[in-house]
Amino acid sequence: MSGVEVGTELPAQDFPITRRDLVRYAGASRDFNPIHWNERVAKSVGLPDVIAHGMFTMASAIRVVTDWAGDPGAVIEYGVRFTRPVVVPDPDGATLHVRGAVRAVRPDGLVEVDLTCTVQGQTVLAKARALVRLRDGGGAQPGRA
Amino acid sequence: MALDQSFVGRVYPPTAPYEVAREKIREFADAINDPNPAYRDPAAARALGHDDVIAPPTFAIVVTLPAGHQVIDDPDLGIDYSRVVHGEQRFEHVRPVRAGDVLQVVVSVDDIRSAGGNDLVSTRAEVSTVHGEAVLTAFGTLVARGTT
Repeated sequence: MSGVEVGTELPAQDFPITRRDLVRYAGASRDFNPIHWNERVAKSVGLPDVIAHGMFTMASAIRVVTDWAGDPGAVIEYGVRFTRPVVVPDPDGATLHVRGAVRAVRPDGLVEVDLTCTVQGQTVLAKARALVRLRDGGGAQPGRA
Repeated sequence: MALDQSFVGRVYPPTAPYEVAREKIREFADAINDPNPAYRDPAAARALGHDDVIAPPTFAIVVTLPAGHQVIDDPDLGIDYSRVVHGEQRFEHVRPVRAGDVLQVVVSVDDIRSAGGNDLVSTRAEVSTVHGEAVLTAFGTLVARGTT
């Protein structure tokens, strides 16, 4: 656990999102809501364009934590509030930028991480927080067994 | 029209068993563009102390979203699904979901409230194996826009 303290920053990552990603995620997650792949339907319900599944954005963002922890099973709790839809225009798509920082280290060693998730500088996930059980020496050695 | 508060506390029947397959976990991991070997390679997962490949932290939505539709689609509650957006989601794991798990979900309604002209419905999905081992709880809040 050495080196992990309040304020420790996790390596930030950028996640490009295209229409192709949304179609594939729809199939894998079985969420076929057409606002995630059909521009006509999205606009008919008042959206500017097709938007990403909130759960796709959520799944992407936690990679900042799982890549850092090494073991994705280290993530015990993970929660977000969906504050703003991620609009995914064709063909350019969008880019999700995710930063993470240690919010607290609990007496039992569990680590609370806050994630900051933005697209073009605007927050898309709020209260994005994970509770992580790091192995000894983990937290800075991705892939360590 | 505000939603019927009497739904708070309602518990829906367990869902049909869902067997988590290695290939489904791989498909989901591919779909979120996550190359982590723990999602694909049993040996890599075992090296991390897991019995088999594990699923990403949000994988359980594959079973909890359909389970939640029992509530959303309940005609007695009367939600207009075309106005529903996902407000919040949280997963609390006892352990990671892993290949070979046969899962079932029991959904209950935790809260119904109105805010800013919207109806908010909060559900809890208890995910366990068919053998009764608790695996995780998923908390979700759906927002039905402008129904008041």
